[in-house]
Amino acid sequence: MSATAAEGWIRKNQEQNWLTRLLDWKPFLVVMCLLPAVALLMVFLTYPLGLGIWLAFTDTTIGRSGVWVGLENFEFMMEDPIFWNAVFYSVFYTAVATVGKFGLGLWLALLLNNHLPFKSFLRAIILLPWIVPTVLTAIAFWWIYNPQFSIISWVFIELGLRDSNIDFINTAWPARWSLIGANVWRGIPFVAISLLAGLQTISPSLYEAALLDGSTGWQRFRYITFPMLLPILAIVMTFSIIFTFTDFQLVYAITRGGPVNSTHLLATLAFQRGIAGGQLGEGAAIAVSMIPFLVFATLFSYFALARRKWQQGESND
Amino acid sequence: MATVDIRDVRKAFGSTQILHGVSVGIEDGQFVVLVGPSGCGKSTLLRMLAGLENITGGEIAIGGRVVNNVPPKDRDIAMVFQNYALYPHMTVFQNMAFSMKLAGAPKEVMEREVQKAAKILGLEQLLHRFPRQLSGGQRQRVAMGRAIVRNPQVFLFDEPLSNLDAKLRVQMRSEIKELHQRLKVTTVYVTHDQIEAMTMADLIVVMNHGRIEQAGAPLELYDRPANTFVAGFIGSPAMNMMEGRIEGGAFRGPGGVAWPLPPGAPASGEVIYGIRPEHLRLDPNGLPASVHVIEPTGSETQVVMHLGDASVIGAFRERITARPGETLPVSPDTSLVHLFDKGTGQRI
Repeated sequence: MSATAAEGWIRKNQEQNWLTRLLDWKPFLVVMCLLPAVALLMVFLTYPLGLGIWLAFTDTTIGRSGVWVGLENFEFMMEDPIFWNAVFYSVFYTAVATVGKFGLGLWLALLLNNHLPFKSFLRAIILLPWIVPTVLTAIAFWWIYNPQFSIISWVFIELGLRDSNIDFINTAWPARWSLIGANVWRGIPFVAISLLAGLQTISPSLYEAALLDGSTGWQRFRYITFPMLLPILAIVMTFSIIFTFTDFQLVYAITRGGPVNSTHLLATLAFQRGIAGGQLGEGAAIAVSMIPFLVFATLFSYFALARRKWQQGESND
Repeated sequence: MATVDIRDVRKAFGSTQILHGVSVGIEDGQFVVLVGPSGCGKSTLLRMLAGLENITGGEIAIGGRVVNNVPPKDRDIAMVFQNYALYPHMTVFQNMAFSMKLAGAPKEVMEREVQKAAKILGLEQLLHRFPRQLSGGQRQRVAMGRAIVRNPQVFLFDEPLSNLDAKLRVQMRSEIKELHQRLKVTTVYVTHDQIEAMTMADLIVVMNHGRIEQAGAPLELYDRPANTFVAGFIGSPAMNMMEGRIEGGAFRGPGGVAWPLPPGAPASGEVIYGIRPEHLRLDPNGLPASVHVIEPTGSETQVVMHLGDASVIGAFRERITARPGETLPVSPDTSLVHLFDKGTGQRI
């Protein structure tokens, strides 16, 4: 029965109505598809960025719309030691934490790339620090670093290695290192998992070929793994640097920039001045001053590391 | 250059037996092809020779030295991988010089050896290129160059031509053979393509399910296959095989067709009767075959015919004008008929 029905079937010539024709018209379709994304980006990205830059050139405070003051905010900033302290710590924090995250992250990725028992379980565990909300991490570290109740201090004292609590966050340099420690702990999973994904794209036969070519383990890392991982490393590092440089939550939740402004990052200082202090214009100027750093970091890793001749196509001679 | 002795080698992954005791003796300078269908264990055997897989049982000796526990780099072998395994971030020169660089060879030596190998393979103009910028055949040559530079005692090839198109495959086939004749290095070559095996090998080892079915010179395998597996594997189109019994001085095939027997055939019994397509000939007094499909290739005509209940392929030098459904009288060349035991599949 179905056979006869199939034989008798003829495709109908469908009459298209105006809506169908409109949806088939490419310019209209392009605009329709782009509109939601463009609208979201405009409202939540372009407008705040534009407003921030605008505010940086005004003397707006909370409750009073300001007037254009030109570069006054920036001139004040340049003579402000707290700002320069924040610049220094932002760069220091980013540099040290990035080295720590990539050193440990790469090491973890290499370990996890081997055949281990419970491999997928271990990989899932590795991700934990990353999926925990940052504020929870911050609170946990706040307790770990607590002057009275720190578990690290407790362990050291119980083991008889120390007789007083360790000072983690109450003086400038220990506080700076402690925050970097917390940031590294939180940032490792992202680096490790990204690099692990990169490692798994390297064909095992390259290692076999290198094995037959007489390489040692270190030589395989040096000549095969590392150069082949470099493009992914560059991209992950760009992201990591941006996230670390603009970090806010960890520092604000653990030390609020203290003691005596010694651990202010540019983001926390901008918030402190703009929202807590009410000087919106000044805060915006500090926030805007991060833009050149970020653009430079992005361009550097993008151009210096990401493109390699061997990755490009055939017609390149 | 060296002999290679494979003695009762076994391989198991967990409880899965891959190789069930394989023994091959390879003479110095021989070109040996391991051939068999996918999963027969030929690549595993090659990787065991290279030292990339552990040996579960038995012994492998290269140049008289047992290498079971010798790491790959100390076995003095070079391998060409199926996907070439060229280092994508190194130029052709760096790829070929890599083993020497690891060994700490001076620049002049690296330069000299690479140039020498590049000249043999016609790669001089490509030394500064990256693998990405090469064609398939050129990458194949670089992979061979990387092996030649090592100046090894044994070359191992793991299906090196399977990523090339048909025309290039034929060309590279003869290049590899020519290279072997020139360098005279013992070579073990793995392929699933019986034509590659036939055209290149001094010694073919046919493997199936982790066992050696037969080892011998190409024409020996073609002329005297030891069993039905080898008979069906070697030769293209494959040998026609029919089950039946010997009765009254003839083989009674499917549908009761009486096929003539070769000289010295047993007087009775259940057998498998094998005849290669190219050993059927047109004969006015032959068996009446009904033509099913005609495939002219130019140099010969392949005809799928029905004889009794059996479907038989014939390959004829003559141009055949018969149409499907017509009858074509054919007869086998009785001196080239193969008989196999029906139970064991072994040659009678």
